[in-house]
Amino acid sequence: MPTTNSTTTQPRRVETSLSKIRDEDFGYAQARHLLLRAGFGGTDEQIRTLAEWGPEAAVDHLLNFDEIPAEADQRDKFDHNIMHPRSTAEEQTLKRARQSNNEDVLAKFRTMRQKAQRADRTQMREIQRWWFTRMIQTPRPLEEKLTLFWHGHFATSFRTIEDSYHMYSQNRMFRENAAGNFADLLRAIIRDPAMLKYLNNNQNRKSSPNENFARELMELFSLGEGNYSERDIKDGAKALTGFTFRDDAFYFSKNSHDNNSKRVLGMSGNLDADGFVNAILFSPACAPYICAKLYKFFAADISTDVKTLKGPQRTVVRNMSSMLQDQRYAMKPVLRRLFLSRHFYDPSVMGNKIKSPIELVVGAVRSLNVPIRHIPHLTEAMDMMGQSVFLPPSVKGWDGGRSWINTSTLYVRQNTLAYMLTGHRINESYVNRNKYDPTNLVAAMNDPRLDGDPPPMLIANQLLDLVLGTRPEGAAKILVDAANKVDKPSSAKGITTMLLLITSMPEYQLC
Amino acid sequence: MNLHNNPENANAYTRRAFLQSSTLLASAALTVPAFIQSSAWALPKVEAGLSSIAGVNEDNILVIVQLSGGNDGLNTVVPYRDDAYYRLRPGIGLKADNLHILSKNGSKGSSDLAFNKALTGFRELYDEGQCAVIQGVGYPNPNRSHFTSMDIWHTADTNGTGDGWIGKYIDAQCCGYGKGESGRPDGSKGDESSNSAEPPIAIGREAPLMLTGRTMMPVSFESPDMFEWAGKEFSEKLINNHEQLTNTLYEQTDHDHDHDSNNAFLLRTAMDARVSSEMIRKAVAAKPLVQYPSSKLSQQLSMIGSMIRAGMKTRVYYASIGSFDTHANQPGSHARLLGQLSSAIRAFQRDLKAQGNDSRVTTMCFSEFGRRVGQNASNGTDHGTAAPMFMFGPKVQGGFHSRHPSLTNLDNGDLKYTADFRSVYAEVLDKWLDTKSRDVLGGSYKHLRVMEA
Repeated sequence: MPTTNSTTTQPRRVETSLSKIRDEDFGYAQARHLLLRAGFGGTDEQIRTLAEWGPEAAVDHLLNFDEIPAEADQRDKFDHNIMHPRSTAEEQTLKRARQSNNEDVLAKFRTMRQKAQRADRTQMREIQRWWFTRMIQTPRPLEEKLTLFWHGHFATSFRTIEDSYHMYSQNRMFRENAAGNFADLLRAIIRDPAMLKYLNNNQNRKSSPNENFARELMELFSLGEGNYSERDIKDGAKALTGFTFRDDAFYFSKNSHDNNSKRVLGMSGNLDADGFVNAILFSPACAPYICAKLYKFFAADISTDVKTLKGPQRTVVRNMSSMLQDQRYAMKPVLRRLFLSRHFYDPSVMGNKIKSPIELVVGAVRSLNVPIRHIPHLTEAMDMMGQSVFLPPSVKGWDGGRSWINTSTLYVRQNTLAYMLTGHRINESYVNRNKYDPTNLVAAMNDPRLDGDPPPMLIANQLLDLVLGTRPEGAAKILVDAANKVDKPSSAKGITTMLLLITSMPEYQLC
Repeated sequence: MNLHNNPENANAYTRRAFLQSSTLLASAALTVPAFIQSSAWALPKVEAGLSSIAGVNEDNILVIVQLSGGNDGLNTVVPYRDDAYYRLRPGIGLKADNLHILSKNGSKGSSDLAFNKALTGFRELYDEGQCAVIQGVGYPNPNRSHFTSMDIWHTADTNGTGDGWIGKYIDAQCCGYGKGESGRPDGSKGDESSNSAEPPIAIGREAPLMLTGRTMMPVSFESPDMFEWAGKEFSEKLINNHEQLTNTLYEQTDHDHDHDSNNAFLLRTAMDARVSSEMIRKAVAAKPLVQYPSSKLSQQLSMIGSMIRAGMKTRVYYASIGSFDTHANQPGSHARLLGQLSSAIRAFQRDLKAQGNDSRVTTMCFSEFGRRVGQNASNGTDHGTAAPMFMFGPKVQGGFHSRHPSLTNLDNGDLKYTADFRSVYAEVLDKWLDTKSRDVLGGSYKHLRVMEA
């Protein structure tokens, strides 16, 4: 980020050590960074609290989230019967109608199906909003952040599934395993109805194998391209035969399973899907690939083709992955190590990651306390920015990084913040009048010594620290000038003005 | 992914000129037309809708229309005299009395092929010699994934990797593609004063891969209403400060040292957005000379028509229409889509003609793949391979090109392609965009003589 001293011509050495950051190096900026990356950002007060606690207490608070009480996420929160499969009797009626070309009965079935699909789409939108609200309200931000990570990693789209309850169940499964063991996640994903349908494993039978799931299980979910052979895909698919679902639950169809001997990733025998997963976990490519994905999500935008990594990133990912192997795929110790490392707080890592639409919008509420206003407006805006949860664009998930940004999405991002801050939507006469009071957003406003009237430049600079994490030269003065045009800089309107301008700065897209 | 590697060579000129002029203006009255005039986006002197000198290649414009989802070629251009067609499509095959039977290329008698009844506009353009149909377009080892196949069409690379083909064309125009280190432009042609490359413009919320190269990103916008900062709704007075902030940051960024950082990338995008916002919104606010139908594609093409009419120097525009993935109950929905496509293209060509810009503009339609020859059990079609491409305008050779693929000599139930899509790209690059196609496509592809010599 350009700071006042960004003119150094010597390339600075990047800190690659995963050893612990010193307590004295962990201040406001570092605590802010931790909250942004291991969560969705926080208020000035939260940042100060974590900074005071020091790095270990701060990281452990975020990471040991199961110690923090939170709303249990209930299995029956949504209707699991919404896309209930037809009963045997119904199937027979339908079959007879098809044979006799009974248009009336067929039409009735079509109408029923369309009605169910409409209800299902409505429920999907409700689940989207529920998760969005949960991300905003949760006292365990890292739990939701990791759930989002796994959703992008094991990307599954409602568009193909057409069963909102299966999407919800998958989401719960990610949450249950969020900071758990990667091996458990793989064992859960090969039993997950949404995934089994998304990658056609319900059609993967001994008599007619379908290789879709076997390929993606290795290419995207565990090893990365180039770390397996075509034979591994063929035999892996055989190992996965018969892994399907009935209604809302996993079901092993013994008759569809191929019991012949297979050879996958160097392991031979009558492997089933769990055997295939074990072979994957034994592969030396697995831990580096998962660590590269974790690093890309939490630290910096890198290639997940581990072989192409160079320099500091190569070193860090390599160290993370030997740790993940040592820990037998337990992820918490690896995340702890990363979040506490000197590397994680290196200037090349801090403030140099482009926020995803979710991070942008959820983060605005969590750190600026802006009103949520009207949730459908926000989910629509995030869709225009390229991210709708439960609807990733492909099995690859979201590309992330610079692919989020173009001239269209940049305006949508700025304008969504403007809407949240002011209630105004562009070219719309309707204004959302929910009150926004930002007057206690930063410390200066609450400092008794300043007698409720802090100098405008101090307010501007503290806002920049909180919202941008940096004070670009000349920015504070422009902010104060602008605020003065609207109202007293320390008033709600004055501060809203400054926030409006800061969030319109290109740098606000970074975290 | 590493976009925008070399900002200094490309539209950095645009941004810099813009900055200089707007800094200047900060002390004078802030009037918009003045800075537009002094930017590289400047409108050329427009007289009676005719910009620059007619017939000069630099004026040529390419409009790309993407049909997303995989358009069913066989029900678009129908081989109605082929029994195999009706045998393989008992439920969705289109009968001769419900088609536009076409005349043979420039001669009497009717062609063996007919347009879907919904393609009335295409038929009119065909009869005027302004519609070229390139049959059986595809590529070796076809990929049936929407995403991969679309990437293949966008990159002109059969693995679907690398930069977009229009992006590479722009790199070649501005900076001598591929001569620099690791494929980067070497800047040999990149001296700022001679740099005239303009970013391509895409209508939509995405920056299409096709338009993305190393020197610049396309400008994308979904609707002109959203293509400006909404902070002005809170207070008009703040626009000035908003722009001042970005300018300050832009001036502070050390572009030579820092141009690979995300921050510099964001600043460049923000500047691109601002530089284009006012001009685009102004251009598309003008009422078109002809009436367009009310479909989404029509809206997009109407905006492109208005931008062309305003004399913008953009050479490549991109529009798209979706929902061609007709797996079930195809006939009705497919005809609706084709009707929207056809009426939008017809209105667009009429608009260009009324402007006097028609001979400067060629329009190209493609889809990521065609569909399987045989229908499926749901009265629809599944993902297939080769399909026709369409090109429109007075400068195309109207009529049919290449051969229609056989419906009986199939590759595992799929059509065998008879024309490589890169042949079409090559001809557009060589003849229309005045570039050496070999530099952009990394190989030579035989022209099909779809464009006038």
